[in-house]
Amino acid sequence: MNRTAGQNAGSWLLTAYLVLFFVYLFVPLVIMAAATFNTSRFPTVTPWLGTTTRWFGVLAADTQMWLALRNSVVIGVAVVAVSVPLGVAAAMLLDSLHRRARGLLYAVMVSPLLTPGVIIGIATLVFWQRLGVQGGLHLVVIGQTSFIAAYVMLMVSARLQRFDRTLEEAALDLGASHGQAFRRILLPHLWPAIVAAGVLAFFQSFENYNTTLFTRGTDSTLTIFIASKVRTGLTPAVNALGLVLIALTVLGAVAYEVLRRREAARNQGAVR
Amino acid sequence: MDTLLRRYGPVLTAAIVTATAVWLLALVVLPYLAMIEFSFHPNLPVPQMGGPNDRYTLDNYASLFRGLDLATGTVPDDLRVFLRTIWGASLVTAISLCVCYPVAWYLARVAAPERTAFLLLLLVIPFWINEILRTFSWYILLAYNGPLNAVLQAIGLIDAPVRWLSGSAGVLVGMTYAFLLFMLFPLYNALETLDRNQVEAARDLGAGTLRIHARIVIPHARPGIAVGCVMVFVLSASSYVVPALLGSPGTRWFTETIYQWFFEGQDWPRGSAYAFVLLALCIGFIMLVMRVFRVGLDEIAK
Repeated sequence: MNRTAGQNAGSWLLTAYLVLFFVYLFVPLVIMAAATFNTSRFPTVTPWLGTTTRWFGVLAADTQMWLALRNSVVIGVAVVAVSVPLGVAAAMLLDSLHRRARGLLYAVMVSPLLTPGVIIGIATLVFWQRLGVQGGLHLVVIGQTSFIAAYVMLMVSARLQRFDRTLEEAALDLGASHGQAFRRILLPHLWPAIVAAGVLAFFQSFENYNTTLFTRGTDSTLTIFIASKVRTGLTPAVNALGLVLIALTVLGAVAYEVLRRREAARNQGAVR
Repeated sequence: MDTLLRRYGPVLTAAIVTATAVWLLALVVLPYLAMIEFSFHPNLPVPQMGGPNDRYTLDNYASLFRGLDLATGTVPDDLRVFLRTIWGASLVTAISLCVCYPVAWYLARVAAPERTAFLLLLLVIPFWINEILRTFSWYILLAYNGPLNAVLQAIGLIDAPVRWLSGSAGVLVGMTYAFLLFMLFPLYNALETLDRNQVEAARDLGAGTLRIHARIVIPHARPGIAVGCVMVFVLSASSYVVPALLGSPGTRWFTETIYQWFFEGQDWPRGSAYAFVLLALCIGFIMLVMRVFRVGLDEIAK
């Protein structure tokens, strides 16, 4: 292939643009993380007044933060416990339906994913308020489950499509009960998707802000805590929290990617 | 239903149907209906609810336009905020598309596969980091005594610090940063499936770079562009935390107006009406995109 000078200049420009793009993507995060170690009371890196790790101590001494963290974990666990069974059931129902009914039901099921989070929160708040239920942790769980169950449904559905139904039929023909066939044949097949969906559900719940904002009542979660701290009482302790969360996210993202690729490689091997 | 019964038996079938019904009715459909129904009620103290004054009314929707006078050009506050939200979200969507297109092109078509894999892994990291933290990082960067002003002053581009966070620029920049990757990944996925031979053939037949993109690449990327635009627009229009952290009273967002009617104005019916207006805006945008890009809902919901 003979490349012209113009094309070379073009590809050089594109590479430069890409470098800029990645700088743009990471510099704000690096600055935020770096500001954790500045002694300045306002989180910044200019001027650098001195290096310290005291803001981690300040963060660890913040009882509100621990309470918010506890709430976020409790909500996350509850959301996993509720949304995974709902999502699995919905996927199994879809899998056994005929085409037309499936299309309509599918549209209703994925609609929460296209609905803005604030609206899910408002709808949940108004509906339960009228039934006499006030905002609080329980309502956060309900609001978040309404759309997180849709993620579970999608992940389990994808796995169900690769399920060999003849295995199930064989088990039933050989005298297994419906419960046995489900426990011994289908569930083991779905298990990887269920675990992945559970992890994703917890993560989605943990980082949710928009739905939580309207359903929380007077309770606070970690995201609510961060946002309110930025508005009132911002110190680098918030950066310290951000840094911890980013570190956990990076670890989680890398682990998830590695697992996903290993799974993809294994599937490819199986086909071959 | 027969298939379900045959496969799982009566007990499991009942459990499956019940669980799905609870999810879709109690957690999805009924709350939306309750919100919409509530938006047609007047705002009454609790004892008067259901009483003779509790009649259906369009008042909560009309209040968005109350005080609008086209002759004098007076726009009421809530409507102005709503229009600003539409304009801002559109701008963020357009900027994201322009910024991401070359990156997606590079990742899908130019870079070697191993490099693409590595760069995608790099991209996943900011994508997974919480929206609030990504916004917060710009709060630090754009602060009056922050790094951006310090750097610009040091290299002599500005003489005095700029108040980045007092206009709408901060909100737009922060929003673009927060939602950009929701444009990049769909674009990349669409471009990845483009047949290399098509581009080569066009080039051999004498088409220039611009022409190749306009006639071959962009038409092929339609579904990706559509999905990206829908994601970025809906996320921007319904964002609360970005305008709350990076905005000022002069750059209020419609979500903030809704929040105020709920928790400061204590006018839930009006808050519900405005929430429905916001939902209608998002649905309207999705339908517009589907028509312009001629893609179906199934492609967007993917």
